[in-house]
Amino acid sequence: MEFNIRLAANRKSRAVLPSDKTMHQVNPGDLISKDSGYMRGHGTYFDVDEGKILASVAGCVERVNKLICVRPLKTRYIGEVGDVVIGRITEVGNKRWKVDAHTVLDSVLLLSCVNLPGGELRKRSEEDERMMREYLSEGDLISAEVQTVYSDGHLSLHTRSLKYGKLGQGILVKVSPSLVKRCKNHFHNLPCGVTVILGNNGYIWICPLQSNEGAEGGFMQRLDPISEQEREAMVRMRNSILCLAQYKMMLYDTSAYYAYEASSQYQLYEMLKPEAMQNIVNMTRQRIETEM
Amino acid sequence: MAEVLLSQAEKIFIVHGVEDNVRIDGRSCLEYRSFEIETGTVSNASGSARVRMANTDILVGVKAELGVPALRKPDEGKLEFFVDCSANANPKFEGRGGEELANDIASMLSQAYGDKNTLDMRKLCIADGQHCWILYIDVLLLEVGGNLYDAVSLAVKSALYDTKIPNLTLTTNEEGQVEIDLSDDPFDYSEIDVENCPILVTCCKIGKSHVIDPSVEEEVCSLCRLVVSVTRTGHITSTRKVGAGSLLPESIAEMVSTSREIGISLNEALLNKLKGRI
Repeated sequence: MEFNIRLAANRKSRAVLPSDKTMHQVNPGDLISKDSGYMRGHGTYFDVDEGKILASVAGCVERVNKLICVRPLKTRYIGEVGDVVIGRITEVGNKRWKVDAHTVLDSVLLLSCVNLPGGELRKRSEEDERMMREYLSEGDLISAEVQTVYSDGHLSLHTRSLKYGKLGQGILVKVSPSLVKRCKNHFHNLPCGVTVILGNNGYIWICPLQSNEGAEGGFMQRLDPISEQEREAMVRMRNSILCLAQYKMMLYDTSAYYAYEASSQYQLYEMLKPEAMQNIVNMTRQRIETEM
Repeated sequence: MAEVLLSQAEKIFIVHGVEDNVRIDGRSCLEYRSFEIETGTVSNASGSARVRMANTDILVGVKAELGVPALRKPDEGKLEFFVDCSANANPKFEGRGGEELANDIASMLSQAYGDKNTLDMRKLCIADGQHCWILYIDVLLLEVGGNLYDAVSLAVKSALYDTKIPNLTLTTNEEGQVEIDLSDDPFDYSEIDVENCPILVTCCKIGKSHVIDPSVEEEVCSLCRLVVSVTRTGHITSTRKVGAGSLLPESIAEMVSTSREIGISLNEALLNKLKGRI
């Protein structure tokens, strides 16, 4: 039996690549400017009594002419129309589901915005309303697209394409939404035998390889045991993505696949060790740089 | 308890994974996650430690105070456990929300340390029936990410290892009362022998097999967990079942023996790490 115990004193700093730009970093409530000539942007507020601009979030200050903004270090997902997201149903309500998609306010998925069995043009009856929990119940995961962004920031989702819908067996990985690179396609069938859905909201879904033609919108679910080979590939992909996220590398199909290949020298359980993580990330970074 | 939502298919995936001996983070069933210990984090406590295991974050402080021994045990010191659940760990802990969990952990700890083979409580006695050391062990749950009992017990043991009890000089006055003098030298202290302090090992029953060091997702998939406190020599000081499910006598025996083996080697590994530090 082997245990991996570390002392905090021996911890190596998880340094991200050094950047040559010096950044003005602030904490919530820190003074940014006393000058009243500036305009306050996102992440700042104006102290009326003292006439100062203060930071409302932790992050780095950005100035564009007279406008001051603070870009936060850590943020929730801010939706944009057309984004692919992964979400979890938290509540079944009147003609709608509430979805947790790592946004500030809960997102909604309307009953009229999902594909129901029997074709797209089917009329939604009262029967369908009663059957809502049969289709999606609390805790279920879905992949969806952002349909509308409301002024208060909450999102309305839709799954009106057969590639979206309820997700079956697989692993959910949560990373920061700013690490997911916006691409043309967020559904990737990787050669290592896994399908990865990189949700723009920082939720990443890893499941066994699925063919594009066979998309059925989640009406059919595979509940039989997944083969050990497929399972190991999925777990390896999960650990590779976590490595990249820990070192703040952008996530897209190539980086995920390169990290997966770089990890092949390690056993699955070894990938959780900090040294292995650093090594995998370095190898991935080098390979991406040489190919650019 | 902090619960996460999982869909039916995800649960099935985890259960099948445990059967195949490949868990979702790549570990096998009897593998422990790596964790990090920091001792001496709280400067105004007699001893302190912080343990971070994946997302679980525990801070333990030990404060030694003078007190009067219990009437039934006049030659022994006392241990007082107190657990506090921070609302930062889970919004449900706000107010009295975490009380049940906190009492559960505190009673489990005092039961585990209640055995006379663990800490030698007589060493904490200063004068029979008059003065003794009371160790107040305060546990703060900063973040909850599965396997709480194990992490708490590891932090408690590390904090006790770090505890420095000042040396005292005793004088008896004319009335037969014992007077205590505390030395001014801050480096004049003694340490506690933690060799035999127990560690809690949680064994989580998932499907037909059991796993060690469960993550939050795995805890949701299991109906029942067995917490066993084990000392370095393999002595089991207490056991407790957590969760609503039931267990067959055979699987209890199997889980206890697994936990015992893990406990023995974990104790050894922790002590080696702590001692190698100096």
